[in-house]
Parts: sequence; C-alpha cells; structure tokens
Amino acid sequence: MKYFHLLVASLFRRKIRTLLTTLSFLVALFLFGLLVVVHGAFNQGLDIAGADRLVIINKVSIIQPLPVSYQERLLRIPGVKEVTHQNWFGGVYQDERNFFPQMANDDETFRSVFNEFKISDDEWHNYMADREGAIVGQDLIRRYHWKIGDRIPLKGTIFTGAWEFNIRGVYHGTREQDDNTQFWFHYKYLEERENAYWKGLVGWYTVKVNNPDDSVRIAKQIDEMFANSPWETKTDTEKSFAASWVKQAGNISFLMMSIGGVVFFTLLLVTGNTMAIAVRERMRELAVLKAVGFTDGFVLLLVLAESLLVAALGGALGVLLAKAFTLGGDPTRGLLPFFYLPLPAMVVGLGLALAVGMAAGILPAISAMRLNVVTAMRKV
Amino acid sequence: MVRVDGQGNGASLVRVRGLDKKYQRGSEEIDVLQGLNLDVDAGDFVAFMGPSGSGKTTLLNLLGGLDLPTRGTISVAGDEITHLSGSKLTQWRARHVGFIFQMYNLIPVLTAFQNVELPLLLTKLSKAERRKHVEVALQVVGLADRMHHYPRQLSGGQEQRVAIARAIVADPTFLLCDEPTGDLDRKSADEILDLIGRLVQEHRKTVLMVTHDPAAAARAHVVLHLEKGVLVEAQRTGGGAGGRP
Repeated sequence: MKYFHLLVASLFRRKIRTLLTTLSFLVALFLFGLLVVVHGAFNQGLDIAGADRLVIINKVSIIQPLPVSYQERLLRIPGVKEVTHQNWFGGVYQDERNFFPQMANDDETFRSVFNEFKISDDEWHNYMADREGAIVGQDLIRRYHWKIGDRIPLKGTIFTGAWEFNIRGVYHGTREQDDNTQFWFHYKYLEERENAYWKGLVGWYTVKVNNPDDSVRIAKQIDEMFANSPWETKTDTEKSFAASWVKQAGNISFLMMSIGGVVFFTLLLVTGNTMAIAVRERMRELAVLKAVGFTDGFVLLLVLAESLLVAALGGALGVLLAKAFTLGGDPTRGLLPFFYLPLPAMVVGLGLALAVGMAAGILPAISAMRLNVVTAMRKV
Repeated sequence: MVRVDGQGNGASLVRVRGLDKKYQRGSEEIDVLQGLNLDVDAGDFVAFMGPSGSGKTTLLNLLGGLDLPTRGTISVAGDEITHLSGSKLTQWRARHVGFIFQMYNLIPVLTAFQNVELPLLLTKLSKAERRKHVEVALQVVGLADRMHHYPRQLSGGQEQRVAIARAIVADPTFLLCDEPTGDLDRKSADEILDLIGRLVQEHRKTVLMVTHDPAAAARAHVVLHLEKGVLVEAQRTGGGAGGRP
C-alpha cells in the first residue's frame, strides 16, 4: 500500500487521458453486459428447461394442433409422471407493440408440471372459480400497472374477437431467470368459445417424466405411438425444443461473439497505445526510480498496475451500469422477457477487462522494465 | 586522501583499478576510459572536470552502479560492485548512492515530501519513521516549509535542493553529483554549492561531482581532470567547501 500514491499520481499525470481510457473500458463493458443480456434473452429457454420435461408438438409444425385425447394415452406410458397441455393465444393488448405470451392452460395439471412458478392457494382458488379468470406474471402486472380484480381486454388474432379476462392472481418464478411476463387463462374457456374448430384440440403437450434418464426412450415411444395417425407427433426434451427456437433466430451466439470480439480487440489496441505513450513520455522518471534503487520488477509491476487499475475501474463501472440498465426490466415491451445480467456474467466481464488491461500493459511494462538508466537519462 | 596513481591503501572508501569503458558506435569502437585508477577516502569532496565527451558522466555512472565497465574493478566500502548482478546492483545503489542530477529529475506528480520519501519506500521504515527522516532531510536543505509543494511550484534552485534532500535522506555512503549547478543561475548555484559544502563539512558526506564550472570545482578538496580517458590531478584546492587539506 505504501506505493499506492505512486500509482495514483502516475494515473493522474494526464487526467483527461486516464478518464478517456477508463471511459473506453466503461463503454466496452457496458456493451459487453448488454450483449450478454441479449444473448441470454435468446438462449434463456435452454437454461431454464426442465431436465425431466418433454415437449410434444405436431410433427408438421408447432402451429398445428394435437388432439386433447392424447393426454390420457400419454399418461399410460411407463415412466410418464404427469401431462399438461397449452395453447398459444396470440392476443393484442391495446397496441400490437405490447407483446407478452398468453397461454390457455390445462389448469388441473399445469401447476404441478411447472412447479417453479409459485402462486398463493387463495389466488389459485379465486382463479379456478372464475371462468374468465387469468393469472399474470409479476413483471407483467408491474409493466402495465395492473392489479388483482382488473378486467383486461385482449383482441384475438388467432382466436378472433374481443376477449376479456379478470386478473385473479399473480405468479412469480422461483429462479432469477424465470419468465414472469406470461398471461395464463383457462383452456376450458378457450374451448367453449372456439368450439367450432378448436374443440378437442390443444397446442402442445408437456410431459413430466419420473426419471430424466428415460427421456430419450419415452420421447421415442411417444412418437411411435402416434405414428401414421392424422396427428403425428414430434417429441423433444424441453432443452432441445428451446434450442430449436433459438436456431430460428439465426446464430445469435456467433453474432454476439463477433461483436464482443471486435469491441475488446479495439479496446486492446486503444489501451495498449495509451499505455505505450504513457511509458514513453516518462522514460526519464522511470529511469530515476531505477537509479534510486527501485528494481526492474517493481517498474514492470508499476506500469502493469496502472493498466490494470484503469481496466478494473472502467470495467467495474461498465458492468455495474449494464446491471443498472437491466434492473428496469425488458425495454422492448415483451420481446426479450429474460432481460437480466447474471452475476457470473458480471464476473466474467470484469475478468475480460482485467485480461485486456494486462495484455495492453504488458508490452509497455516490459519496455519500462528493460529501460537502460544511462540511455534514458541522456534523453531530455 | 584522493589518489589517481593506483597506489592508494586498502582503507579507501572508493577504490577503482584499471577501469576501461568502451562504446560501440556503428563499426567504430570508442575508448572512453582507459585503465583509470582512483582512490577516494570517506569525507572527501572530489570534482571531476574535462571537456564535453571526455567521459566524466560515464565515470560517474560507473561509480554509481548505473553502468558496467568493459574492464577493471570498482570497490565501495570494501564491496566490489563490478561483478554484481542487475538486481543486486540496484539494491546496492539504494543503500549506498545518492544521485544529484543537473536536471533535478524530480517526479512532477509527487510533492517535495513524496519525492524525498522515494528512496525510503525501499526500506523497512514505518510511515512515521519515513516522515521523520523526510522532514529532517528537508530541514537540512532549508525547504521544510515547502514539503507539500509540487516541483512546478518551486524555483530551479529549490527543486535542486529537494533533489539533494532525496539524495541524502537514506543516508547513503556517498553522493554523486552530475553538473548539480549546470541549470541554475549564479546565486542559486552558489546556494547549492554552499549546501553541498555543508553536507561534506558538517555531515561528513563523501561527494564526487562532475562539473564544467570552475567556481563549483573550487569548492572541492581535489579537482581531477579527465584527459584521454585517464584521470589527472589538476589541483588541490585546500578544501574550500569542506575545510579538508
């Protein structure tokens, strides 16, 4: 610590330069944070997928339905614990930009299959007692300033017409990454109103198995069971199902890695150049330090520490700013429901900043270490 | 007693024997110092004079362990420094040498106090002990009231006094001064020379000084001339600064 004032004094020699370099790290790490958030938003389904759940969709396409009668047959397969089904509703609340997922659920089974979502028994009871009842995620109710008892109008797109629901409860996910922006209502209500075409049909099934090790066998057995029927199935683990969604949006990971790579490489060049200039313009001072007895190793560490301190400061501020930015939730009004920056990503970001600081400082630090006192003293 | 004939006794503080220094400039080899001998006792004040390029500063760098000779030996207080490794030589410098440069070479972003404290950071002294040493050194050079000033807030003469305080604060074995008054006006130069004289006379410091200034050289006990890479005794001044014959 007795050398800390040397470090600080060196950094404040050119305040503007230090400030701008710190800002470079801040901006780069802020961008890194946002890239992680967007990447996470696209891939979050993979992380939250239950290892013990299978998703069954129509083999033709997910927008094709399946018969509700499959539920009983699925339950008879050895190793299947529970079966629930859902329908995508696709309604519009006030404006098309107000996107959030709306699902008609099989109430009796949904709550136990997706037990990571919690709701009080009282609210669940009220919901079950109201044919037009709805349960909404805590983020959604906050976004639109709704409250329990509000009547919510939705304009149907797939299921056309004006729909109205009463909010009877609020759910919240037990994990930070759970999606708390969904809108659930009774499948029976949907079926009643859409009995012309939709009666007896569901969007997709989710099967909970007793042992995740049996998932592949059960998936194969399900698809074989319904092969050559009018409603053939395609069964995947929930993780594979989520991954197939991500693929539809293109190679997001590659895109994010490319942008991040360019940003960090540019940062490395900028910081490396800055540190090289910083060392070059005080060769004489570094030579004086060596003359009075500071070792080559000390000079190396001093220059490296300057680089690392700027990187740590700018990096930490950038990551914290990104975190603060995500605290307000999804700014796209529903397109990116998983909009948060996890702590491990923040630590990785800070680690990357330090790695760039180290890489940027190492060559100037080595040149400072190798500085010949006599030669440097001759240069005025 | 200062001798340049290589006949000094083993009690000399600084003992140089057969010192050669060659530089390579392109394909040309330049002999700067050739078989140089020197003996300096503790408490001596020696001035080196000679034309530019005669090797005065090279000799000072060699004596201060900043550079290594091509041949020959340098011993200080019984330690031969010419065979020390880079890190050992650095440690030796910290313990034994106080440098005073023509351009002061203070760190501009550190206060006078912090500049003087630099050599003490390499010791095991506590913060309070370092403070005490720094205050004493600044009192010796008459700048106790300027300790929180930055170099840019000081005159040239004051900067050089801070540099002298930095050179003496760790109580080194000897001081090496490279044109200490070369960048100062006459009045400031005289003040610096008075100060160096007091360090020799009152604090029994050994001083080896390179200078072009005859008035500065006149303060030394002995003035040595560097001619063709060899030291020649020019005059014994009678000890204008230190009162030593």
